[in-house]
Amino acid sequence: MLAVLAGVFLLLPQVYGNRSLLFTMMTFIALAQGLNLLYGFTGYLPFGYVGFFGAGAYGMSLLVLYVHVAAPLAVLGGGAAAVAAALILSPLLRLSGAYFSIANLAASQILFLIVANPSLAGVTGGPYGLNIEQAFDPTASYGAMLVIMLLACAVAVFFRNSRFGLGLRAMTLDPVSAEMAGIDIVRSRLVVWLASAAVAGLAGGSYAWDISVYYPEAVFGLQLSVFAIVFALFGGVGTVAGPILGAVLLYALYSAIGISLPQYFELLYGFLIVLLALFLPDGVLSLFQRRRSAVSARLKRRRTGVL
Amino acid sequence: MSSETRLLELRAVTKSFQRMLVVDNVTFTVRPGEIVGLVGPNGSGKTTIVNLISGVVPLDSGQILLDGRPVERLSAFRRVHLGINRSFQVPKPFRDMTVAENIRVALEFGGRGGGADLERILTDLDFVAQRDQPAGALTVNQQKMLDLARALATRPKLLLIDEIGAGSNPSELAGIVALLTRLAARGIALLVIEHLLGFLNRLTNHVIVLNAGSKLFEGTLKDASADRNVVAAFLGG
Repeated sequence: MLAVLAGVFLLLPQVYGNRSLLFTMMTFIALAQGLNLLYGFTGYLPFGYVGFFGAGAYGMSLLVLYVHVAAPLAVLGGGAAAVAAALILSPLLRLSGAYFSIANLAASQILFLIVANPSLAGVTGGPYGLNIEQAFDPTASYGAMLVIMLLACAVAVFFRNSRFGLGLRAMTLDPVSAEMAGIDIVRSRLVVWLASAAVAGLAGGSYAWDISVYYPEAVFGLQLSVFAIVFALFGGVGTVAGPILGAVLLYALYSAIGISLPQYFELLYGFLIVLLALFLPDGVLSLFQRRRSAVSARLKRRRTGVL
Repeated sequence: MSSETRLLELRAVTKSFQRMLVVDNVTFTVRPGEIVGLVGPNGSGKTTIVNLISGVVPLDSGQILLDGRPVERLSAFRRVHLGINRSFQVPKPFRDMTVAENIRVALEFGGRGGGADLERILTDLDFVAQRDQPAGALTVNQQKMLDLARALATRPKLLLIDEIGAGSNPSELAGIVALLTRLAARGIALLVIEHLLGFLNRLTNHVIVLNAGSKLFEGTLKDASADRNVVAAFLGG
């Protein structure tokens, strides 16, 4: 599946002219998958996920501007900046449910307000944003985002199929029993939290590299969090393919009507969220899985002669 | 009693919840392979003691030693790795996992290396036929046994068993007695909370009676039933 994904985004620019749309779609696949790492595998829903994206973008850009680091290294630096922010925010993991989500949202807004503060205009550009035109290299930044998107998906594959992932599944089913099975739940959660932040930070770094001139709202806008959450939920969290599917379908829809007719898009979006919450809480993928498990159950019954 | 014969030692363990003293200065020891009953009226602190020993809740003061080593500040999973495990009064299996997966999680993460194996645990606890069933589909009594199976997969030295007999019929109870006796014979110490005194009587001669968080009595069940304080605590006097 990863190979197909890589092939598609390598070949599409040859036949489809809107490279910027493809780039943004990869960004949202990476973000939806990164969010899925945390939400799908631990149950923590980070409303402020965009904070790590912004931290990555600014970390990357400041490294380019002030330390004159080569852009690819600066992207890694952006990932490190997001991981550092996640480490500082790791006490948030002591909160649960909506409390965690809201505290995380507040944290991302604090980060945004610091970065966008006019008093810091000399360092971060404040509300006027940053310009790293000197590093502009659309082919390289496209490649970087492709790698990051694949990396995020690879981590999700690891979470699905490894011993570590078995522990995560046990933790979400019953944390106390998971401890009694010998699982270090505090450390496991922290690892997932940092991995999820790293994906957003790396994606933010490549995004900044690609657009190279931007305002703080472009990388801290709440809409990015909302999109990542809705895309992941739409496809199905806790799976590998779900967030990819959600990001591709819904971002394509957004590109088709969201920009020209934003009011209809938001209407449609609202309907979608309501329908999802009511009828498909496990995402679109669960439709296929449900059918498949129904079929296999029927087969099993036939084999054992119950029918 | 020399320290080699003490597997578990509680020293003046105390715990309160919002100024309500739930466990008050409790001291006792458990030897390897020994079965100790923990009895007392509702609210006397039995389950809290199990929670304190297993690390599910932190204590306020006092010491808990395993093999002479203080463990009261360790997190629960570390105590599991050192050989403490438990079952729950209200069973807590991983409901969406199969019986075998439930046990496999503990085998993978139990941290005590070889020895325990899936087939033996499935056979011991009579789960062979249900190995691929989701744990949520088991009866409550079976789920309690699955808690026990998961605990055994971590190769415990000490098992804390919280009301495993409640709700079982006489033939099931006889099976549980036989199983627990067999585990103790393998060298696993058992601290058994139980309301069913007849059941406990078949398991052990050594009981600790709690009342209002304090240790009221320690000795044989027969002496306990003759003790005026114990009778007063149970019947109200």
